[in-house]
Amino acid sequence: MATHALNPATSTYSRGVLYDWLTTTDHKKIGIMYVINSFLFFLIGGILALVVRTELAAPGLQFLSDEHVYNEMFTMHATMMIFLFVIPMLAGLGNYIVPLQIGAPDMAFPRINALSLWMLPLGGILLISSFFTGGTAAAGWTSYPPLSLDGPLKSPGSGQDLWIVALILIGTSSILGGINFLVTIFKMRAPGMTLFRMPIMVWTVLVTSVLVVMATPVITSALVMLFIDRNYGGHFFDPFGGGSAVLYQNIFWFYSHPAVYVMILPAMGVISEVLPVFSRKPLFGYKAFIFATAGIGALGFSVWAHHMFTTGAVFLPFFSLLTFLIAVPTGVKMFNWVFTLFRGQLTFSTPLIFAIGFLTMFLIGGINGAFSASVPVDFALHDTYWVVAHIHYVLFGGSVFGVFAGLYYWFPKMTGRMLDESLGKIHFVLMFVGFNLTFFPMHMLGLEGMPRRIADYAADAGWNNWNMAATIGGFVIATSILPFLWNVFASLRNGKIAGDDPWEGNTLEWATSSPPPPYNFDHLPEIRSERPVFDARHGVEGH
Amino acid sequence: MPDTASKVTEGAASIVTADSHAIVTADHSPVGGLAHDARGGISNPILGMLLFISSEVMFFAGLFAAYFSTRANFVDANGVKEWPPSEFAHILNPFSLILVATIVLILSSVTLQMAIWAIRKDDRRGFIRNMAVTFILGILFLVMQAIDYSWLFADGLTMGSGPFGTTYFTLTGFHGAHVFGGVIMLGVVLYRGLTGQFSSRHHDAVEAASLYWHFVDVVWIILFSILYFL
Repeated sequence: MATHALNPATSTYSRGVLYDWLTTTDHKKIGIMYVINSFLFFLIGGILALVVRTELAAPGLQFLSDEHVYNEMFTMHATMMIFLFVIPMLAGLGNYIVPLQIGAPDMAFPRINALSLWMLPLGGILLISSFFTGGTAAAGWTSYPPLSLDGPLKSPGSGQDLWIVALILIGTSSILGGINFLVTIFKMRAPGMTLFRMPIMVWTVLVTSVLVVMATPVITSALVMLFIDRNYGGHFFDPFGGGSAVLYQNIFWFYSHPAVYVMILPAMGVISEVLPVFSRKPLFGYKAFIFATAGIGALGFSVWAHHMFTTGAVFLPFFSLLTFLIAVPTGVKMFNWVFTLFRGQLTFSTPLIFAIGFLTMFLIGGINGAFSASVPVDFALHDTYWVVAHIHYVLFGGSVFGVFAGLYYWFPKMTGRMLDESLGKIHFVLMFVGFNLTFFPMHMLGLEGMPRRIADYAADAGWNNWNMAATIGGFVIATSILPFLWNVFASLRNGKIAGDDPWEGNTLEWATSSPPPPYNFDHLPEIRSERPVFDARHGVEGH
Repeated sequence: MPDTASKVTEGAASIVTADSHAIVTADHSPVGGLAHDARGGISNPILGMLLFISSEVMFFAGLFAAYFSTRANFVDANGVKEWPPSEFAHILNPFSLILVATIVLILSSVTLQMAIWAIRKDDRRGFIRNMAVTFILGILFLVMQAIDYSWLFADGLTMGSGPFGTTYFTLTGFHGAHVFGGVIMLGVVLYRGLTGQFSSRHHDAVEAASLYWHFVDVVWIILFSILYFL
């Protein structure tokens, strides 16, 4: 056997730092660039949200010149937050963590991985460039035709076309990333790492990737048809030309409903890593969690039309029933998490606090979502601020809190430095208070009938106070980002040295140095359970 | 220790020893050593291509769904429910150039498969000969489709001629784009074959490209049957 030990040092040679990062195929550097790129779009999307909230603080049009500009603002806010922040941010965390957690040296296709990364800023730049080419897309992130079709009262100009092209690029990036994850997870696991010994994070990325690979091309097809309708005189979606607007909605939601699981499952994976570590217990019901994740993924493909109850063109009982069914696997997960915490030795470090923020806020988001699964209730709540409250409780209360739990948890691994705990807690408190101040009033606004996507409302509609509260909350959320940014900046310069395993973690990323060397591992511990590093620390008797 | 038992697959570059728990590799790069066939079974490029093809299937599923939905809802200006609309029915004749193009595409799949069988037996001359024929057949299909398009345009069927024209050109156009992508793949494989990069042990790229080409071929057979006969 011609063998010599894997020595990471031999495979590197010196290059300029910038050149190195721009041309890297190392999944860790790519993962970090994913995170940075996504965070930049989080900031831009956040500023757009503040513009929206500022306009809505009081009745009348004070801040923006006209309603069309308002439409552009909320359209770009949602588009950036969904396609350029939440999805790629979670893909970036996965990119960094998944190969480490399965004991692999890199992703299966490192160069395709780099391609997936670099398509994102390209798509983002295309999207942003529409600000300077006569106006952005303004038909909402859903871009339903006929609003999104070309026409004097619809979406003239190149903004909508740039939006379409940007989304196709970002979608292609997602698909390539999903394929890469699947091959990595199926083919590159370390010896002993059976499927049912994989960390939950890896499982959630696996199911997410299946959704991405099978659903994203479907929205690509909707987008190219929209593009053809707008530019080549097509007749897919314009009812006056023999097309069907509901057809677009069906194809769009066939992707976009699974997409909400793409946006939440990896965040569930993150907190399923954090909760056991900080309660000093294994995850309660490991296999149940995996089957629940797969169940959500499978059900995710059969509930898309619950976004279309009011069109009158879908079979209501079927989609209502299946939507309610989603609550079952999600409920299983709530039990997994709560009973992981139950009688654990909790250390309230920042990652755990954000994970509990996820747990509580996502619970509210799940419950207020289940209301809308009921057809008669949905008819009353459709397109009101109730829906805005729901989406933010799951995507902000869920995904964003999960993202921050992950960032605080893995920052020491990525950089070798600890983040400051006090600043982290200030960040959490501000964000948690601001979040609830912004989005809880939207439930009341929705019940009182305030429609979404309006720039102005009557002064005597009784919506003034809740809107003002939501706007103040929005600025509190924005403020909460400042301690986080300062924390990252200061900790990178002189944060506490983390060491290999600052949290006494369970999974393989804690078995290598912080930050890990190129190709990740010199030695792997023996893998006999889903907690190989725990086993190595305590021996098999530790169980 | 059954889980960490030594696992040595033929041609694999990575070997795991049970006693040291360390990953050791043969003498090329660590990633290359671990990335290929580390776990045996289907190779990474083939699995990647199969997943890519499944996403392409979903892309065409979206287009086909739009086609059937549009077709089911179609009523012409006079309130007549007829598909293809009467003014275009005579234009679409399956027994013309398009049938020849179909046969060309099916033939190209056959020659490609012959190329695969050749390289599996290390018959490089046979491989290159069959690859070249496949490549030319692929280009021939595209040329025929272009000619057919020009005839349809001359007869007044365009993207803008109602839902029928839109769906026809979108479906066949995106298929054509995939054929174009496939031809580029075949060209790369042919070039690499000419420089002697493939052997019976090492030809994942050929297998992956052939999977893609067969997929494109199958899409066309379904498309042709639906558009011209159904």
